[in-house]
Amino acid sequence: MTMTTSPRELPHQPWGRVRQSRRTADRLMKIVATGFTFIAIFVLFWILGMLVVKGIGGLSVATFTAVTPGPGSEGGGIANAIVGSFVLTFLGIAIATPIGVLAGTWLAEYGRGSQLANLIRFINDILLSAPSILIGLFVYVILVEPFRGYSGWAGGVALGIIAIPVIVRTTEDMLNLVPGHLREAGAALGAPPSVVITGVTWRAAKAGMVTGILLALARIAGETAPLLFTALNNNFWFSPTLVGGVSNLPVTIYQFASAPYENWQQLAWAGSLIITVSILVLSIVARRIVAGSK
Amino acid sequence: MTSIPGATPVVRKTPKAGFDAVFRNASFGAALLVLVLLAGIMASMVIGGWPAFREFGLGFITSSVWDTQNEQYGAWPAIVGTLSTALIALVIGVPLSLGIAVYLTQLAPAWFKKPVATAIELLAAVPSIIYGMWGLFVFVPLFAAYVQIPLSNIVEGMPIVGTVLYSRSPSGLGIFTAGIILAFMIVPFIASITRDMLEQIPSVLRESAYGIGATTWEVVRHVLVPQAGVSIIGAIMLGLGRALGETMAVTFVVGNANRLSASILDPGSTIASRIANEFNEALGLQLNALIALGCILFFVTFVVLVIARLLVARVKRY
Repeated sequence: MTMTTSPRELPHQPWGRVRQSRRTADRLMKIVATGFTFIAIFVLFWILGMLVVKGIGGLSVATFTAVTPGPGSEGGGIANAIVGSFVLTFLGIAIATPIGVLAGTWLAEYGRGSQLANLIRFINDILLSAPSILIGLFVYVILVEPFRGYSGWAGGVALGIIAIPVIVRTTEDMLNLVPGHLREAGAALGAPPSVVITGVTWRAAKAGMVTGILLALARIAGETAPLLFTALNNNFWFSPTLVGGVSNLPVTIYQFASAPYENWQQLAWAGSLIITVSILVLSIVARRIVAGSK
Repeated sequence: MTSIPGATPVVRKTPKAGFDAVFRNASFGAALLVLVLLAGIMASMVIGGWPAFREFGLGFITSSVWDTQNEQYGAWPAIVGTLSTALIALVIGVPLSLGIAVYLTQLAPAWFKKPVATAIELLAAVPSIIYGMWGLFVFVPLFAAYVQIPLSNIVEGMPIVGTVLYSRSPSGLGIFTAGIILAFMIVPFIASITRDMLEQIPSVLRESAYGIGATTWEVVRHVLVPQAGVSIIGAIMLGLGRALGETMAVTFVVGNANRLSASILDPGSTIASRIANEFNEALGLQLNALIALGCILFFVTFVVLVIARLLVARVKRY
């Protein structure tokens, strides 16, 4: 933004002073806006950098093969937490995907434009940003308290409820992008609506719908608060019935990070590195798919 | 797909007559489930918290006592903590977000826009608990050493400022620290919605302003902000909704004190942090009191989110 050649700077300009202040304000705004952007990027790299610096020392074979150590004991790993997180996350996605996809389909295909669809879409948006701790409390009240105990099932349901609105939203958005003439062509061949939707519309929107599921996966993989009241945590492998506490990475990080044992803190950093890298990779892959499908 | 042109027409298996209705009803049921979920959350909070509301009445909200020994519970410190951390997050986060949105839409060179936008969005993908870890182990010690201690030395004894900004035990943990961490957590949401709003404004408006000689700042100030104003407020409220209910990061850095302090640099607690902290050891009335706290949080965030969503209804993203 060099102004030297600008006629505005000619000394005979009667508005010279006013223009100068306008230019100053403009330049100031540009510096501030650029600076703010770089502050945010700096914080991202600061967090990622700290995770690498502090987490990489905790990564060893034992991290992925040994179970979480008891208080004050040496060694150990977070294998049970990693596996438990996988199980809970995929349980959540397995619950949320059919519900989310069907609900999104109804909003885009059957209910489009109706009052009820608008209401459901609105409520879905509210659920999308509802505090996850409330979902945890809700599942506690409906599943943990009545069945007298924490369980992996309750954890999976809580994560599933968090994932549903993400999948509903992306599914609907992606189906809305499918041009209407594809549906008309299907209907013209005499296919009933359900066949047109599953065979034509879903197929056309597949990439976008997969993205929604990946984003939901990224969203729930690091969720901690809802698991505190549902799956809780423990230092062992989970039982195959998923009854009782199920060890998982986020709650392990939470408990280990604030404990006074150096060994635990080290494992918490290692776990944080693993979980954050996985989530960032998931989000980037999801974005790539969207970019590729448009 | 399977039929070969010219071959005997393959009679596609006609779906059973019932499938169409089943599919339709299943998708309708799934959509209704969204409504049921919200109603269920609402009902479970009210029912679960009811014993506490019945026991303490309005006093549950106004009382500051949280005494597990004598079964006396009051939500006021947690409510104040929730509101003040969220307010601090907005005061810091909103200018940052708006600056980022302006940079991304008006200033950044084209090749640079995408990587920057991705970086900002990745900030939203970092799990809350990681912000908590980073806050507790990296940010808190720095904040205590370079901000809290020098600041306390300066303001000690001053009227008002000496109360609000003086920390009795400068550990770095506290309401203000939580507000700062929250600010970085809500920035990506506010920034990306605001960016979308600014991008939706027809470029002819911008061009005509530039045409009469407006500077970039004047275009932002007099064209873009008035155009997108309502939705920007919606985006900010969406950020507020997030800040109110954020749990793990806050639990790590807020200090978890049950008492109310006049200083924003002292430890406090929020509704969410108190629930996260005490839930697993809570029994009986304490459990009900914690769910009642959740109930209050639910209704506050619900109102904020409803207003936010109405205001940003124009933007088709999240």
